[in-house]
Amino acid sequence: MNIRIFGGRVVDPANQIDQIADVYISEGKITAIGEAPAGFEADQEIDASHQVVAPGLVDMSAHMREPGQTQKGTILSESAAAAAGGVTSLVTPPNNKPITDTAAVAKLIGEKAEQAGYARIYPVGALTRGLEGEQLAPMHALAQSGCIAFSNMRQPINSSLVLMRTLEYAATHDLLVIFQPQDADLAKGGCMRDGANCTRLGLNGISEAAETVEVSRCLLLAEQTGVRAHFGQLSTEKAVRMVMEARQKGLNVSADVPVHHLILTDENVNGFDSNFHLIPPLGSQLDRAGLRQALMADGIQAICSDHQPHEAIAKEAPFAATEPGISGLETLLSLSLTLVHQGLLELPQLLHKLTAGPAQVLGIEAGTLSQGATADICIFDPEMSWQPTAENLRTAGKNTPFTEVTLTGRVTNTLLGGKLVYQL
Amino acid sequence: MFELKDHNQIQLNSEGQLKHFLTTEGLSRELLTEILDTADSFVDMSAQQVKKVPLLRGKTVVNLFFEASTRTLSTFELAAKRLSADVLNLNISTSSTSKGETLKDTLMTLHAMHSDMFVVRHSDSGAAHFIAEHVTPDVAIINAGDGRHAHPTQAMLDMLTIRRHKGAFEPLKVAIVGDILHSRVARSQIHALKTLGVDEVRLIAPKTLLPHSVDMLGVKVFTDMSEGLKDVDVVMMLRLQKERMNSALLPSESEFYKLYGLSNDKLAYAKPDAVVMHPGPINRGVEIESAVADGPRSLILNQVTNGIAVRMAVMSMAMSGQMTEKPQPAAAEI
Repeated sequence: MNIRIFGGRVVDPANQIDQIADVYISEGKITAIGEAPAGFEADQEIDASHQVVAPGLVDMSAHMREPGQTQKGTILSESAAAAAGGVTSLVTPPNNKPITDTAAVAKLIGEKAEQAGYARIYPVGALTRGLEGEQLAPMHALAQSGCIAFSNMRQPINSSLVLMRTLEYAATHDLLVIFQPQDADLAKGGCMRDGANCTRLGLNGISEAAETVEVSRCLLLAEQTGVRAHFGQLSTEKAVRMVMEARQKGLNVSADVPVHHLILTDENVNGFDSNFHLIPPLGSQLDRAGLRQALMADGIQAICSDHQPHEAIAKEAPFAATEPGISGLETLLSLSLTLVHQGLLELPQLLHKLTAGPAQVLGIEAGTLSQGATADICIFDPEMSWQPTAENLRTAGKNTPFTEVTLTGRVTNTLLGGKLVYQL
Repeated sequence: MFELKDHNQIQLNSEGQLKHFLTTEGLSRELLTEILDTADSFVDMSAQQVKKVPLLRGKTVVNLFFEASTRTLSTFELAAKRLSADVLNLNISTSSTSKGETLKDTLMTLHAMHSDMFVVRHSDSGAAHFIAEHVTPDVAIINAGDGRHAHPTQAMLDMLTIRRHKGAFEPLKVAIVGDILHSRVARSQIHALKTLGVDEVRLIAPKTLLPHSVDMLGVKVFTDMSEGLKDVDVVMMLRLQKERMNSALLPSESEFYKLYGLSNDKLAYAKPDAVVMHPGPINRGVEIESAVADGPRSLILNQVTNGIAVRMAVMSMAMSGQMTEKPQPAAAEI
């Protein structure tokens, strides 16, 4: 099977390519950009004129909800949503039911992903059994069953001794640990960032210290144990700066931010709309400015969707009583492009944070259009306007504050291993 | 950039009239004054032999209390009855909602009984907004207290009490004292006082009982009573819940009383004609001295009387506003 994608602006940040060119694919691999390989005859042609041809996006955090929470989404529905969002590789956190703390669960996720065939799904294994913060999870066995990293998510590991042991054990096997830093006591009962708007709404606030205190502990123990550590979904300017400084000091640490925190602030929490109920909560204007600055200065390696689909009823209650999270896979690219439209980043710089950046953190061969690479490709029209609606979103979770909001930039084609898995 | 939905004007109909009463925030000075003027007429009426008017005749008002309350519930009940409405009181403790019925289900069931107005008290901030916007927008919703967010009828009865004793709002310095962090009353009072144009709103509390960035609401913050009460015209005390003592917010009741309890000694810092208010029920010897609570400058019982009139006013106004057409939400630029 030979495919030619013609006429598009090819942007491959990993290889510093940004030019109008044709892309040639044979047997699921990229064979050339520009000149056709000798004897190439296309079986399929995709017209990418006035569009961008980029590597398939790599998402550091997207909840698939399976096994166990299929009322919110399934691997089939959510990986189909990934394809519609141009995402070809994604990382799914371990808080399914059952939790990903046994090899069987990790294998099940892998098998279901393969059956669905829409995206490469990399499960994150639990750092401690049951995410209970007490005993080590069988990390080595989990890694052999496909877990790409290990995390306790925002479940507390109260004992710093236990935390240190988990990091030492992960370092023993050179496993990546993902922190989603939040001090459980400081965040207890909170549902938005404290500040003037939180005070006005009378909601329980979460202070920035809930994030920075835990980042500080994790950084110190990462330094001591030498573990490869990634900080997922940072939301405060201070925390990002702390990780950036540690990285400059030579620590093997990296960070991502959810796209929503680059776009929205706590001031957007409006009329108790539960679609704005996020954990970590939306930050202040200063936080958003700091996150954007860190992104420009390479202090943040990836932008993630932090995709958390919910069934309708999970959001139909007073704000604090609803479940947190935005269904974000299908708006990841459109929202990210806002940063380009606002002149903060050049398109290749932005796409790096959505492709090669996260791929490098995860150590996977993805996020590039190099010759010989697997043909995971996202084609999008950067100027196309569209409105997400409950009908046109493929995800089972329609929980997004961007429903019926006009966004600019839309994915038109997604290829996974040279196979068209989405076409608008 | 793109535009997000604006949910802020849901308490007004397309004519700008009240159709729900959820918060004092965002309402115009004219509208707040209209509530006070309407309430004034009901205060006078309550002193007469025949206390009923037919404004809500044939209407069904459901008092829906998810949080226990005696005095607020009874003043709402009395207000509805004086407006000739049929009244149903439902005390829905958290135990019955934990049987699995969601707030939405409960409301939809009552909606099916053709109720015209829900008076709602709930422990979650935003509960009244949620019901008004997503559950039963065609039923007038009166917020009788939601979490820490708002208690707008309490704030308006306080405003009525101030106006009846002080006249104009403009020259007044008003101090709100005590547990502001957990207080929906304080938040509603602040918005109402600012909108009605008082000279100064002061908050007095230790830092553990002050919400984050509360100065952004346009108030002056004090941690010391002698400074905060200096030259004020009105002192509004707040209730301190006993359970706050167990949560590392305060060392003891006696220390709180010593520093922030309103005694005649501390009241001496205020203007000689300063009045004292409290939303009740009062904790004598915790936030207020008996001599002050029962003294000549206390308006605590006037507040109760005015509470019925204010509730009659907002119930009749919201019911009439609900009769007219429904507006579409406007969009706001982010």
